[in-house]
Amino acid sequence: MSGAGRGWFAVALAVALGAVLTFLTLPIVAIFLQQPPRDLIAALGEDGALDALWLSLQTTATALALILLAGTPAAYLLATHHFRGRAAVITLIELPLVLPPAVAGIALLAAVGPATLLGRAAADAGLELSLATAGVVVALTFVAAPFYLRQAVSAFEAVDPTLLDASRTLGASPARTWWRVAIPTALPGLVAGTALALGRALGEFGATLMFAGSFQGVTQTVPLAIYDRFATDFTAALALSAVLVAVSAGILLSVKLVRGPDPLRG
Amino acid sequence: MSTEPTPSGATGLRVEARTRLGDVALEIALSVGAGECLALAGPSGAGKTSVLRTVAGLLRPEAGRVTCGDEVWLDTAAGVDRAPERRRCGYLFQEYALFGHLSAWRNVAYGLHEAPQGEREPRARALLERFGLAQRADARPGTLSGGERQRVALARALARRPYALLLDEPLSALDARTRAAAARELGGVLRDTGVPVLLVTHDFAEAALLGDRVAIMDGGRLLQEGTASALAARPASAFVADFTGAVVLTGEARHGPDGVTVVALDGGGEVTALEGDAGPAAVSVYPWEIALARPGETAHDSARNHLDVEVLSVTAVGTRVRVGLAAPQPLTAELSEASARALGLERGGRAVASFKAAATRVLPR
Repeated sequence: MSGAGRGWFAVALAVALGAVLTFLTLPIVAIFLQQPPRDLIAALGEDGALDALWLSLQTTATALALILLAGTPAAYLLATHHFRGRAAVITLIELPLVLPPAVAGIALLAAVGPATLLGRAAADAGLELSLATAGVVVALTFVAAPFYLRQAVSAFEAVDPTLLDASRTLGASPARTWWRVAIPTALPGLVAGTALALGRALGEFGATLMFAGSFQGVTQTVPLAIYDRFATDFTAALALSAVLVAVSAGILLSVKLVRGPDPLRG
Repeated sequence: MSTEPTPSGATGLRVEARTRLGDVALEIALSVGAGECLALAGPSGAGKTSVLRTVAGLLRPEAGRVTCGDEVWLDTAAGVDRAPERRRCGYLFQEYALFGHLSAWRNVAYGLHEAPQGEREPRARALLERFGLAQRADARPGTLSGGERQRVALARALARRPYALLLDEPLSALDARTRAAAARELGGVLRDTGVPVLLVTHDFAEAALLGDRVAIMDGGRLLQEGTASALAARPASAFVADFTGAVVLTGEARHGPDGVTVVALDGGGEVTALEGDAGPAAVSVYPWEIALARPGETAHDSARNHLDVEVLSVTAVGTRVRVGLAAPQPLTAELSEASARALGLERGGRAVASFKAAATRVLPR
């Protein structure tokens, strides 16, 4: 090919990258440019905004803790044991991944809503789910867990089984082997999965709205608060959005630091 | 549990196992004395590693019994199957299986978790020092050379003071230069441990070097067991002869005069051996027992076997020369560089291959 031809192609590639970059970053940059930073910070000082931030932080942290606590051993079992029906189990676990959030909300209502047996049993036991903070945690866990599980299964599958055998011959029980060898070896993948689940939980909107509602200080997380405000107080919506952008960027950056240059692949 | 055990393995390791491994039916019985090294040698797929895994408890055979000293590790008939962590085997894995997230000394200390907290690091470092790795104790496995990794893995396997030591191809992951030194060092370690050692290798030379006894294994079975020199001198089958490095020729054996056995080789030629049964036979002879001479001459008069051969290849291996021959069955002779030069051997040339009847073994085929 001639030098001129190559020049033409290189320019086309650069233009395409420029278009992609502009389209993806302009809206995010605009959040910070619409209003002077002073106004954004002032808007955050408002009661409802702080409530939403605090609630998002609490519910996301709780959901993530539940996901890690149950998801890590479950993923290890799926990765290391090839039992009958394993493929079906994995498909079932991945289903919420492709479920529209509104459907997830309806599904939760149908399963543990106030009119259901399970929902009533939970309420009798003192755990009010619908229209309550605990309901938010349930919704976040439901939609975010598959993101972690998928990553964790493939991370554990990538661990050389000989390492686990070596650990056993060195006197470690299966549990100790899991804790001291499997988890540290799979850690980069587990961190990436955690970040994906964290991002998904933090941004959760549809399922929370349908299952838990949008009550300030009780179930109104940051995304719900943004939606609640954007017609009446656009500055406050911008300020909350800016916080979510900052937190998301922080998650992405910390994963890059743990995992090296290619964080969210696979 | 005591951390300073007196090896109850002092009376040795006994293994019996029968199980299916894919296409191969594994069926073996062997025993290794304390301080003895039994080398399991055979081609890949023979089931050698499965024997080690059975001893370590990583593989549960359909039927079997494994005892070490007075401890029963596995007895399928009695329903005994001790978990790997309770068998106290030092296992050196083929690719060493070092933990990449731990430094060298932490790898070694991993097996010392039953020891008091304060003792683990000094003991691990002392062991590494014994293997000449004091300077590398804080390095991650990823930054160690192949030879260093092998020694860390060996130190780790020995750290728990195992009752039995299992070595899977301990030298095969090393390059040729490191291998000789590593073999010498490993030989020394094996002599010092005082516990039964079961070593697996696909290389008969390695088995001969490290094993007090060698057991040849193929297709899940032990074919023959003995000292390396006994196996080489009296292989029980053509497979064993071939595996130990001998040249194997096929033919039909008959009883000759004075109690000798004469074999008419397939494709032509006749050789005499001092013993052997009549019938289809495999003749084995070692390359270094074959002498070459120019056509019409014979190399040494005491040899009774002389075959007219064509030279197919001449390859220098160190100070020796390997000569590929067609008799017309393939034959390999190994001579010194000087005698190869004196003969003026070259491809396509002809020669006479001679070897003694006493160096010729006839095996049923």
